Amino acid sequence: MTEEITGAQSLITSLEAAGVEHIFGIPGGAILPAYDPLMDSSIRHILVRHEQGAGHAAQGYASATGRVGVCMATSGPGATNLVTPIADAHMDSVPMVAVTGQVGAASIGTDAFQEADIRGITMPITKHNFLVTDPDEIPRRIAEAFHIASTGRPGPVLVDVAKSALQATTTFQWPAELHLPGYRPVTRPHAKQIREATRLILESRRPVLYVGGGTIRAAASKELLALAELTGMPVITTLMARGAFPDSHPQHLGMPGMHGSVAAVAALQKSDLIISLGARFDDRVTGNLDSFAPGAQVIHADIDPAEIGKNRHADVPIVGDAREVISDLVVALRAEADNGNTGDYEAWVQFLAGVRGKYPLGYDTTDDSLAPQYVIERLGAIAGPDAIYTAGVGQHQMWAAQFVGYEKPRTWINSGGLGTMGFAVPGAMGAKVGMPGSTVWAIDGDGCFQMTNQELATCAINDIPIKVAIINNESLGMVRQWQTLFYNSRYSNTDLQSKRIPDFVKLAEAYGCVGLACDSPEDVDATITKAMEINDVPVVVDFRVHRDAMVWPMVAAGTSNDDIKYARDLAPDFDEDDL
Amino acid sequence: MSRHTLSVLVEDKPGVLARIAGLFSRRGFNIESLAVGPTESADVSRMTIVVNVEESPLEQVTKQLNKLVEVIKIVELDPESSVTRQIVLVKVSATADNRGQVLDTVQLFRAKVIDVAADAITVQVTGNAGKIADFLRIMEPFGIRELVQSGMVAIGRGPRSISERSLRPVPIPIPSAG
Repeated sequence: MTEEITGAQSLITSLEAAGVEHIFGIPGGAILPAYDPLMDSSIRHILVRHEQGAGHAAQGYASATGRVGVCMATSGPGATNLVTPIADAHMDSVPMVAVTGQVGAASIGTDAFQEADIRGITMPITKHNFLVTDPDEIPRRIAEAFHIASTGRPGPVLVDVAKSALQATTTFQWPAELHLPGYRPVTRPHAKQIREATRLILESRRPVLYVGGGTIRAAASKELLALAELTGMPVITTLMARGAFPDSHPQHLGMPGMHGSVAAVAALQKSDLIISLGARFDDRVTGNLDSFAPGAQVIHADIDPAEIGKNRHADVPIVGDAREVISDLVVALRAEADNGNTGDYEAWVQFLAGVRGKYPLGYDTTDDSLAPQYVIERLGAIAGPDAIYTAGVGQHQMWAAQFVGYEKPRTWINSGGLGTMGFAVPGAMGAKVGMPGSTVWAIDGDGCFQMTNQELATCAINDIPIKVAIINNESLGMVRQWQTLFYNSRYSNTDLQSKRIPDFVKLAEAYGCVGLACDSPEDVDATITKAMEINDVPVVVDFRVHRDAMVWPMVAAGTSNDDIKYARDLAPDFDEDDL
Repeated sequence: MSRHTLSVLVEDKPGVLARIAGLFSRRGFNIESLAVGPTESADVSRMTIVVNVEESPLEQVTKQLNKLVEVIKIVELDPESSVTRQIVLVKVSATADNRGQVLDTVQLFRAKVIDVAADAITVQVTGNAGKIADFLRIMEPFGIRELVQSGMVAIGRGPRSISERSLRPVPIPIPSAG
């Protein structure tokens, strides 16, 4: 006879059975029964300071390790505080399971204390969600949640468990198999589509491998390198795919999009064949859709059929896992190469090399003030390609994407789709828990940092020695940049005056971290080196940079990629004639 | 824009209607008609959804619907090879003077009188959208006091069932721990 236990014990045993080792969360009334057996569990629970921090930490953990990140919160406000990270994980396809307590089943729908319909609230921002009121269902729902979160296109799954189910008596039985008749993700690409794609690749003269975050989720970097080197095709990596292909590789033209390199944007605009691998033709990449890559046919490979043809017509749609698709393409193209059939991309590669040479990524240094790009460039050089970098959202994020230099997947973790300010510190915390042997740098803005820095306390207390580089320009820099460019330099509500309030060095010390400051270029290397040497507590460095730096290149929102500006009032000159 | 009829097989679970309605609303598609009910399989409900959209957004709707974990299968029914029906209950003014005329129309449309009062009768009419629109147009001058209409239900002609293949259970082996 199976032992009788509480629903709460069943929940914790189920999480253990699903392989969970870490949970980020905060207890409260409705979830409280689960916290009692959690004390005796093999699972390490990290008590955060705000549920949003728990959610982003779970995302950082998942993105750094490839495993499912787990966060836990109570009903009502605990659950609603998870809404932003859940939406963020949904946009960026992060495998995550959120477990929330719910008021007792008899009270659901009565506006009970700390009641919120979190299943209803998160329906549009989860891959799937459950409300569990029957304690016997707990193991099956948890098993389903982990299966759904981690397979197909990964995403967040929320399991809302009524307090009455946690308190009731049940038995634990881990399901031997799952029945999800409506959930059958296709991972194997169709052979006919691979043949068709191979034909287009060989016929094209101006192909480009447009690589998205799906290649990182699918762990397809090795296969991607093989495909690129076999064919010689140029490669561009989106914001979500930085690190999927080495930045140092000669075929890599950098990041496309609103703040992409001129060469990467040109590679799309002048292409005759875009091979999209786990990317989704986001508006930040395409600019105005009508004028996006006008001469290109499209091979669109994605595990999510709904992404194919959503924004741009696909001439060859391929539904499948990025790693399997790329592997199959390598096999097919290698067989063609063995028969002497290879693509002729010489003129195209030369043209793009010319564009890259003419318009490299760069920045201006003014007088003796500190350029934010210089700080980030030095950080990348000193911490190196084995470190993990997270970012908030804004100018510092774009500079971190441009200037760190990524060589490996899962070393660049940021909020791409939702654009959540404040992601960096809790994201870094989660990444460090998942990869304790790696150096983890949160590259943050002073605006972002003030949204989630309470998690420094969590890091200090729980031995999670992250490093934070605040790129402090005393303003909401990206918004200020738009005000400079599009609102006649009228700086409405973007001045944070944060060189004085708060004092970030003192704030760091108050949180039990080491606080450092740096305001001149000569001190940058020494300060970073000093931060790198501190490994027992978190370090926060306040880099006081000049505030007028802008992110270039830039394609203004809603305009054509053809109108990219290399710097203010400087449009690059690349023409069809050069091809 | 053109009208499309989707038959959607879903797991009969709480909240599934909210998921589908929410998806249509947030992706900006209007549902023209919606009918939900049980099917020949226990645990499976069938929704008939009529939408008025272009081809390419329709493909996007279908793909997004398919992503819902509780949606088992979606079939677009070809109007040429399927039968559609709606039911309408309508309360029409009918005095002693014109009741005969009203009843003639009811007969003509093979509709049914389901309730009679001193100065009104209630009629049930079943048919496709065209027949119902025609019936209501002719009833209009008598004075329609109240009207209630069901969503459209639809089924393909011929011997085959849309649920034959999709409902076979395909168990998923449980992922190993860790």
